[in-house]
Amino acid sequence: MSYVLQYGQIWPYLPRLLDGALLSIQIAVLAFCGGLLIGTACAAVKSFGPRWLAAIVGVYVTFFINTPQLVQIYFLYFALPDSGILLSSYNAVVLGMTLNAGAYLTEIQRAGFESARRSELEAAEVLGFSRLQQIRYVILPHVAQVLFPPLSNHFIIMTLGTSMAAVFGVEELTGEALNINALTFRSIEVFSITAGIYVVLTLVASVLLALFGRFAFRARMRIA
Amino acid sequence: MLSQIISEWPEFATYYNLVFLAKAAGTTLALSALGVILGSILGLALAVARTTRGLALVPLRALAFTFTEIFRRVPFLVTLMLTFFIFQMFFADTSLFIVAAVTTTLIAAAFLSEIIRGGLNSVHRNQWEAAETMNFSLLQTIRYVILPQAWRLILPPAFGFFILFIKDTALASQIGVVELTYAGKVLNNKGFSPALAFGAVLVIYFVISYPLARLGAALEARLASSRHHRP
Repeated sequence: MSYVLQYGQIWPYLPRLLDGALLSIQIAVLAFCGGLLIGTACAAVKSFGPRWLAAIVGVYVTFFINTPQLVQIYFLYFALPDSGILLSSYNAVVLGMTLNAGAYLTEIQRAGFESARRSELEAAEVLGFSRLQQIRYVILPHVAQVLFPPLSNHFIIMTLGTSMAAVFGVEELTGEALNINALTFRSIEVFSITAGIYVVLTLVASVLLALFGRFAFRARMRIA
Repeated sequence: MLSQIISEWPEFATYYNLVFLAKAAGTTLALSALGVILGSILGLALAVARTTRGLALVPLRALAFTFTEIFRRVPFLVTLMLTFFIFQMFFADTSLFIVAAVTTTLIAAAFLSEIIRGGLNSVHRNQWEAAETMNFSLLQTIRYVILPQAWRLILPPAFGFFILFIKDTALASQIGVVELTYAGKVLNNKGFSPALAFGAVLVIYFVISYPLARLGAALEARLASSRHHRP
């Protein structure tokens, strides 16, 4: 029982894998930006909003954090057409990932908002900072420095999470790998190359995010 | 959608369907628990391997580092497919549950080794040096000096990872392991509306995950506060 690895048969398909990787990044960026909008709004409501609205946001966050993203997308993709909402597989994946990310990013950002200390604000007030100056020079730099590392970490997790789209037939990196596997039957080769692309992709993203975080917000970040 | 669920409910809530769902939930829990238990053993080994010093053990450290980095940076689905096809190639009659359990173990080991390493590093350098002075070997140092102090820091995030991991194992349905998500697909294929089948699965995941999340929060509060109050 021996198996000879034949990577030669996979090289012609490499451009397809790289196209798939681009689509993966696109899904991750779209869902992350959408999730960031939802997360910021929900975190603001949870920290400063009226209690009844905070309770509704709490239900949303608790539900989406405690159920799997895959089943959430299943629900959007298969159950919503019954009530007349037809989503393409790509839209269902992006919407599901956005809603899921929104819940996680709410929790992350709420912790960040609460890290702005009362004493810092009072010190700024004593020094005669206006409300806008307080936000610009005291709250934002502090919150950004605290929030940037966990947010970029969640972006990496979401980049890996985009592989779920393959289940719904979206031809991103994993989807293309499944296609090429069906064409060539070189399963181990295809999936090991795919794994390698994911490792390179997330490593590059980690390094870029860490560099950006260090220079823009003086956030201390480890790469490995 | 709601009227459809209500009209299908009597047929859905039969004894055999409920037993089927309960067994599937058991498989989901077993898969994630097995992965986390075996993964924490392997993860501890990896974390200890990375705390070794000396030139002779550079390959060991490099190996442990590469393992953790790779399995933390490859998606669950791709690792699953790779494991699945490797098993198909060499041990074709392995059960799908074991294939999935091997995958969860590998991934959990990578993530948990980082958590454990963080815990080991949190113990003050003086403690390591004192143990070395008293002629403890590395394993003795970790067993008698470091772990008794570090477990308070390791347990809460490790438990948090376990709760996250329960939801990640939903992807094991893609190779045909009959766990909760797969059970939802089966019930959907039996003719129940997707809103009911997947809705029920979502609710079961929530019922499993939410109490565990509360327990984890309580655990964290308790261990963190007892750490601060120690003399």
